[in-house]
Amino acid sequence: MQMNQAPGKINFWDRLIAIDRRVIFLAVGLAVSLPLFLNISQKIYISPEARDLYDALEALPAGSKVLIPCDYDPPSAPELQPMAVAFMRYCLRRDFKMIIMGLWPQGPQQANLALETVAGTTPGTEFTYEGRTLRYGVDWVNLGFQEGREFVIARMGSSFAAAFPRDYSGTPVGELPLMRGVSNFNNVDFVFNLSAGYPGTIEWVQLAGDRFHAALGAANTAVQAPMVYPYYRAGQLSGILGGMKGAAEFEALVGATGKGTKAMLSQSFAHAITILFIIMGNIAFFVGGRRSRLATKG
Amino acid sequence: MKLRASSIILLLVSAGLFALSANSFGFAMTLAAFFTLGIFSFLYTDNPYYKFCEAVFVGISAGYWFVSLYYQNLLAKLIDTLMDSPFGWNYIAYVFAGVLGVMMLLRLAPKIGWISRWALAVIVGATAGLWFITYLQSNAMHQLEDTIKPLQAYAADGSLSWYQTIGNITVAIGTVTGVIYFFFSKEHKGAFGTAARVGIWFLMITFGASFGYTVMSRMSLLIGRLDFLYGSWLRLIN
Amino acid sequence: MKREVPLILTGVVGVVFIIQFFIPHEPFHSLADVFSDWFSIIESCAIWLGAFNLIKLSMDRLGRRILIPTVGVVSLALLYGIIAAPGFLQGQLPLILFLMAFLLLAAGQYSRSKMSDEWFLSFSTIVSFVLILIVGFGFSAGRRFLEPGTSFDYLYVNVYSPLSSTMFAMLAFFVASASYRAFRARNREATLLLLAAFFVMLGRVPLGDLMSSFMPEGARLSNFADWIMNFPNAAGQRAIMIGIALGIVSTSLRVILGIERSHLGGD
Repeated sequence: MQMNQAPGKINFWDRLIAIDRRVIFLAVGLAVSLPLFLNISQKIYISPEARDLYDALEALPAGSKVLIPCDYDPPSAPELQPMAVAFMRYCLRRDFKMIIMGLWPQGPQQANLALETVAGTTPGTEFTYEGRTLRYGVDWVNLGFQEGREFVIARMGSSFAAAFPRDYSGTPVGELPLMRGVSNFNNVDFVFNLSAGYPGTIEWVQLAGDRFHAALGAANTAVQAPMVYPYYRAGQLSGILGGMKGAAEFEALVGATGKGTKAMLSQSFAHAITILFIIMGNIAFFVGGRRSRLATKG
Repeated sequence: MKLRASSIILLLVSAGLFALSANSFGFAMTLAAFFTLGIFSFLYTDNPYYKFCEAVFVGISAGYWFVSLYYQNLLAKLIDTLMDSPFGWNYIAYVFAGVLGVMMLLRLAPKIGWISRWALAVIVGATAGLWFITYLQSNAMHQLEDTIKPLQAYAADGSLSWYQTIGNITVAIGTVTGVIYFFFSKEHKGAFGTAARVGIWFLMITFGASFGYTVMSRMSLLIGRLDFLYGSWLRLIN
Repeated sequence: MKREVPLILTGVVGVVFIIQFFIPHEPFHSLADVFSDWFSIIESCAIWLGAFNLIKLSMDRLGRRILIPTVGVVSLALLYGIIAAPGFLQGQLPLILFLMAFLLLAAGQYSRSKMSDEWFLSFSTIVSFVLILIVGFGFSAGRRFLEPGTSFDYLYVNVYSPLSSTMFAMLAFFVASASYRAFRARNREATLLLLAAFFVMLGRVPLGDLMSSFMPEGARLSNFADWIMNFPNAAGQRAIMIGIALGIVSTSLRVILGIERSHLGGD
């Protein structure tokens, strides 16, 4: 770590740069924790890419079949789980048939947890939502996980049943009424991918979108989101939901406030404190450096 | 290694707190909180509590993948096909798949581990073949196509959209100069060097945006964990 | 044979996938499907290989002392068994006292048997692995192991999920600390990076719009962040993407033609 002064003397700025990192950890912890106890609502600005995604979904008729690849795990759940919950609520409200699967083994389980949040109970083989009874195998299926990364998508292009011979609980897919009319991407109206990395959105764009011409929307972690903007610009993606902000945007669009919206205050504080630390570090570096140069000259 | 008296007292106090929490908030919640706080304890300093949680994580992760892969891949595809399907080309293909899978596992045996190269060759060849096409089509051709579209953009009512037009010009210049920067076979001098410099600026904006989003992502993960601790475990927030 | 057969396999499989894109009919279509299925099975076995290797390494660290069953070691195994059995927790207080007694016993045994930290951690890894295998294969209704309410799901929600999530959540602290110490606007490029990061970080949270509320709608920080993401960021990402794509194309060709042989290893 660079010291900014004449040898033998440690000034205030150097002490500031050399501060114990646990002080920084504590400051970040407090900045993120305290807003969780406040109940302040904020206006959520809707980005064009989130709106485009929503418009693409609104254009689908009732009864549309939506493929939901859940390619994420528990570390990415704070960002993607609120999106999954909001999207499933939307699907149930619009009477979309959900075909859930995953290229990550944790994905289908996370999807079950999201459905549990939406249903308010363990879904089992049927549950009631807004007065309607929804049945597994008719209104939704969970095909589980398959290892093979992008080759699973390539295989699905030929036959969903060949790629996923059984669903997540071991039932042959041929016995599921919803899957009887679905042989490949031609029989699916929209693909809404929740992705945290590889394999994920990029592979779905390359194969499902560009090779098999499926309509595709993406919900990504904030780490991955900047990388998929070129696909959105080129029309390979209908829209993007990026990070927890994307979750808040979609919740605002579908009118279902959830964890994404509630976390925005903490997110604001977290960003503010990070920027503050960067500015402080730069001030300490440059002011401390100038003072030491002046001290050396004088 | 002898345990100090202070460590034994700490252990007892921790067990007592665990018991209290389990009684108040449920055993499952307390277990989850126990592991969460164990990992967070690393922030203070590396300690045995953290190391224990890390070791459990490694074992549980490996086991999770092991069980998932067995039921959803090997049993559902390979074993079911070999047990239930009639003899035919599909059956023979899966026999070969099984043989290649076993070859891969033989890497554990030092003397015959070389045979895993045959299975690895299929993986590498398949990946090379598929990526050759997909990356060329989606990541190169489609992107170039979108970059060299007409720069003027018009709104729905037919008037020139300055926002989109300036944006299209920005994307075109940024993409071309960015690609120029990555061309290291020619020295970055003169007009070529200037274009490369402009490319660097666009790349710096890209990296800055990526950094901003990365901070957003990491903070979101922390918010999720704290939401669990304060909300699901201690029930202090909704 | 050791190198020739893999080279031929790599070439044949690679060429089939390329040709299948241009001629999606028989036999290339069926061949590509077959190779995709092979890929899936071999990858599964490759991950199993990783798991077996982890256990092999942990067993090597345990050495011969695994054969010496101490009371403390058995106590720890029983402790894990209790944690793994949901529904066994009727009347929590006696059980919790039982747990405290085990902890004390295990701690005492650990101290007396002179086990090293490394031994204990390797043992914890193996026990966790074996535990989830027993739970997954023995106590979770077979193929229905993923259904909510099974013991496997219990371990996923209460052990695996918190551990993995918290590992990554710690990065928030490290990113703040690293930014504070290392992020310096030393030159024009670094300043540009910093400014872009600031605008995006502020623009993507409601705080940014609050700070720029004096600006007309459509000209606030969130709009500027949108512009950065959709235009300059997309341009830079695109340039990187095109460069990587061309690199992948050339490397793939080298691998298929057998010029690149690093995946075959030594000798």
